[in-house]
Amino acid sequence: MSKTKQQKDLPGGIITDIGSTARNKTGSWRTFKPVVNLEKCAGCGICEKFCPEGCITIQKVEGYDKPKCAINYDYCKGCLICMEECPFKAINSVVEEK
Amino acid sequence: MPREVMEGSQAVARVVANCDVKVIAAYPITPQTHIVQELAKMHADSVIDCEYINVEAEFSAISAILGATAAGARSFTATCSQGLALMHEVVFAAAGMRIPLVMVIANRALSAPINIWNDHQDSMAERDSGWIQLYCENVQEVVDSVVQAYKIAEHKDVLLPVMVCMDGFYLTHVYEPVEIPSKEKVVKFLGKFSYPYKLDPKKPVTMGPLAFPADYARLRKQLAEAVWNSKEIVRKVHDDYAKRFGRSYGDGFLEVYGDGSKAIVAMGSMCGTIKHMIDKDELEDVSLIRVRTFRPFPKDEIRDVLKDKDTVIVMEKNISLGNAGAVYLEVKDALYDEKRKPKIVNFIVGLGGVDVNRPTIKYVVEKAEKVKSGFVEIVDGNEISASY
Repeated sequence: MSKTKQQKDLPGGIITDIGSTARNKTGSWRTFKPVVNLEKCAGCGICEKFCPEGCITIQKVEGYDKPKCAINYDYCKGCLICMEECPFKAINSVVEEK
Repeated sequence: MPREVMEGSQAVARVVANCDVKVIAAYPITPQTHIVQELAKMHADSVIDCEYINVEAEFSAISAILGATAAGARSFTATCSQGLALMHEVVFAAAGMRIPLVMVIANRALSAPINIWNDHQDSMAERDSGWIQLYCENVQEVVDSVVQAYKIAEHKDVLLPVMVCMDGFYLTHVYEPVEIPSKEKVVKFLGKFSYPYKLDPKKPVTMGPLAFPADYARLRKQLAEAVWNSKEIVRKVHDDYAKRFGRSYGDGFLEVYGDGSKAIVAMGSMCGTIKHMIDKDELEDVSLIRVRTFRPFPKDEIRDVLKDKDTVIVMEKNISLGNAGAVYLEVKDALYDEKRKPKIVNFIVGLGGVDVNRPTIKYVVEKAEKVKSGFVEIVDGNEISASY
């Protein structure tokens, strides 16, 4: 739980100061980083549907007419389900250097 | 309000209906079935205006009423034995989240071997969960305790779940004259349920969050203190109830019956038989200390009534396997710091529904004379038929 603005414990540790999941950038937990090959990506949206964290959107990407896969690395934990599911093998993983 | 003869389970259903509950979720299990069957019937007949959720198992039943209560609806469920064991995870979560649930337990033995009859092993297995536990002697007490349970649980300084324990069959299936307090009086006594931090999309909160070690320890301490401090409210609610409805049960924690120097400490329906034997002079120099509130444990109160006794005989329907009965261990703990310690012995009786009848009680009292302090015996019933 987040102790940021919580003044005093409420019964059972109820948190009224909500939104800690947005504040904590869980992308820092990542070991493998999924990287999209935009040339291969068809923008089919399968990765978007499978992403358990809701980190993928199919959107307009600079330099391409068709919408493509875009990953939010602030919250992507690197589970690589997107890579597993991509029918075009357009997503590859790289080890995150920290 | 006149008294009516009815089955114990029906009495529970009728008093729950009068508590203005908004959500009921339950799964039938012997000997609790008649309670939820009666409530389902009342719901189908529109006698009670609430949501009745048919769930696929007890884990869902308690989860549903936990959620409903967190959303601000007074809720009810009942179970026992394997059903309570299946609820185990959520039983701890409800206390930790400080959700004021009320649950009736129709006490029944736990498997294996499978057995549908009464003892206290099921609810005793949940004694460390942070729930308040009330053990009742008769149907009228169950009815009164259900109303008190809502008042205790929902008190702003308590916010803890409460188990009202009634002996399976002995109380659930018995027909007794009972007074069901009217809905008008009960609702006036309880007031409107308003959970201070309820789930509301307009004002979101996080309940049961992840807690790192230091946060967890601090919140467990908060819970432990809440259970200890609930004692005051248990007593206050009991006294208020007595004033308004005219019925009381000792001081709300313990009921002392007779003044003999040999004290039997017991819980639940077997106390009726012991009282009857004291009345009829069948037991010499024996008094009964009935423990009504087992959690929070009335340690000071029990020490005060027992310290001047010569012999303390703890008769209970549970055993902490590998040691002795749970009540015995706690009673002994309460007396440890006394200079003059009474002799204290433990008899585990009534496991799996073995009848705790007059010969059993006579046997226990006579055997207690002959043995040393610290003696523990599991009375399986065969000794009784052999010696009486």
